[in-house]
Amino acid sequence: MSSIKSIMTVKDLFAGYGETEILHGINISVNDGEIVSIIGPNGAGKSTVLKAILSQIKINQGSINLLGKNIVSIPTSQIITKGISYVPQTNNVFVSLSVEENLEMGAWVNPNNTQVKLQEMYELFPDLGEKRKQPAGSLSGGQRQMVAMAKSLMVDAKILLLDEPTAGLSPKYRSEIFSTVRKINGSGVPILMVEQNAKQALGVSDRAYILVDGFNRYDGTGDELLKDKEVARMFLGSRD
Amino acid sequence: MWENFGFEFVNYYFIPGLVLGCIYALGAIGITLTFGILRFANFAHGEIMMTGAFLTWTFLEISNIFLGFYMHPLIACTPAIFIAIFLALSVDRYFYKPFRDSPTIIIVMASFGMMLIIRSLVQVIWGPNQITFVKGIAKPNSYLKDFSSSMDMMLLVPSKHLFIILGTIIIMLAFNYMLTSTRIGKAMRAVSDSPDLAKVTGIDVEQVIRATWIVGGFCAVMAGVFMAMDTQFIMSTMGFRMLLPMFAAAILGGIGRPFGAVLGGLVIGFAEELSAYPWFGNGPLLSPGYKSGVAFSILVLMLVFRPSGILKGRVF
Ligand SMILES: Nc1ncnc2c1ncn2[C@@H]1O[C@H](COP(=O)(O)OP(=O)(O)OP(=O)(O)O)[C@@H](O)[C@H]1O
Ligand SMILES: [Mg+2]
Repeated sequence: MSSIKSIMTVKDLFAGYGETEILHGINISVNDGEIVSIIGPNGAGKSTVLKAILSQIKINQGSINLLGKNIVSIPTSQIITKGISYVPQTNNVFVSLSVEENLEMGAWVNPNNTQVKLQEMYELFPDLGEKRKQPAGSLSGGQRQMVAMAKSLMVDAKILLLDEPTAGLSPKYRSEIFSTVRKINGSGVPILMVEQNAKQALGVSDRAYILVDGFNRYDGTGDELLKDKEVARMFLGSRD
Repeated sequence: MWENFGFEFVNYYFIPGLVLGCIYALGAIGITLTFGILRFANFAHGEIMMTGAFLTWTFLEISNIFLGFYMHPLIACTPAIFIAIFLALSVDRYFYKPFRDSPTIIIVMASFGMMLIIRSLVQVIWGPNQITFVKGIAKPNSYLKDFSSSMDMMLLVPSKHLFIILGTIIIMLAFNYMLTSTRIGKAMRAVSDSPDLAKVTGIDVEQVIRATWIVGGFCAVMAGVFMAMDTQFIMSTMGFRMLLPMFAAAILGGIGRPFGAVLGGLVIGFAEELSAYPWFGNGPLLSPGYKSGVAFSILVLMLVFRPSGILKGRVF
């Protein structure tokens, strides 16, 4: 049996906004090569987990390990430098900057290979190559999402965090994003992804966590959760 | 009167309007950048302008004492620029940075306090009275074109005005290049677009803020020196008196929009000068005493009818 290499481990995480605690002891881990999903109802605290990893909110207790090192209370800019790339749920492109400028900004912490990376991104997202000079704000929702993902891939990420990459997209774009997520993962980048389109997300994920009200509720492999009757009734029924 | 209309208009209203517009435009750049990137209305901006003009005057006097002649103000302003930028960066580091995550009104108040502190310090050092800028040198007018021997039919452009207009154009081109073609300039636009996204993208926001003070401070000093060259005097209230037209320019152009600020500055400059032109009858349309009211009226009209400004900036 080959040994499993842990990329990121969130352990007993208590965090929130100001005095309000939202996460009450969350546990999540991502291993090398995996796609891991976080699903759960609105307001469950899914985005909050990612914000906590990025050190954007107050962490009251618990630990977050990246490649064996605790990154709690390290400033956001250093967390990015350490190799965590993050695509927020909303407001994830610089609307007044061109597509290419957005990608250049993505390379801020390591600008050395910008030209090579730009070419890679235009191969991964052919639509963007044609629109490189257009302001990102003028693109459609799906294309913006691609800009946001490409921007986050401009540095060699140790792990990619995606917050609802398919929210509000047409079925065509949704499938495209999911297949891109697979492609990115295939190139060796572990992914932790929050998703509302639970069935499709579980379909592409190695493992998934279901959060409810700031607690872990279920976890397992994508297949296990898809087959679980209770999970299907409670979390997969209303959507898709 | 009508046969000379063109020349009289250009010489006494258009050129001065353009010059004033250039000065306002340079000043408004700093205001709009601070608003776009640090998200507050910086009341102390005019004081950086004024301090730059006083420092430039001081270096002019020093050059006269040690070299026996007055340097050109555009050379004397170089050390003044460095000192003024250092001042702006220090003020940010010790007075604004502690309030970065506080409600905006607190940092606005801090800048209001800085405005009073800087002006008082300048008054302590240089005195409260008006000082003549560049003594004894009456710059001759340069006659670009001699259409006839009559004084009424000539294009009169004093060389100081040529310096101001050309200087402003060069600064604008450099500024445009910086914002569109350099890493730090693009990052300034990115932070102005969304500070939160900039942070999670890994952009060093503090570095961008420092760049903002450097660019804004540089433009402010140039505006102050140009103003001093134009009016030939400096005084400690000059920055404050320019604050209103500069804010009006920034809002007119769309707050947070650097090129809007330039456009707004030109519009306000022209509007102020042209308001005194005898459009109807013989007397000036508005007595020159009401000049500053023009900027204020434009400001109010904009806020009522199009708060986003000409180039659709932020509305708050
Ligand atoms: N900036 C904030 N300040 C205070 N409370 C917040 C803030 N952002 C989110 N919350 C609260 O935290 C809780 C969890 O929000 P979060 O955004 O993590 O939910 P989510 O699981 O991502 O939901 P969604 O599916 O709607 O994106 C919600 O109750 C929300 O109201
Ligand atoms: Mg969310």
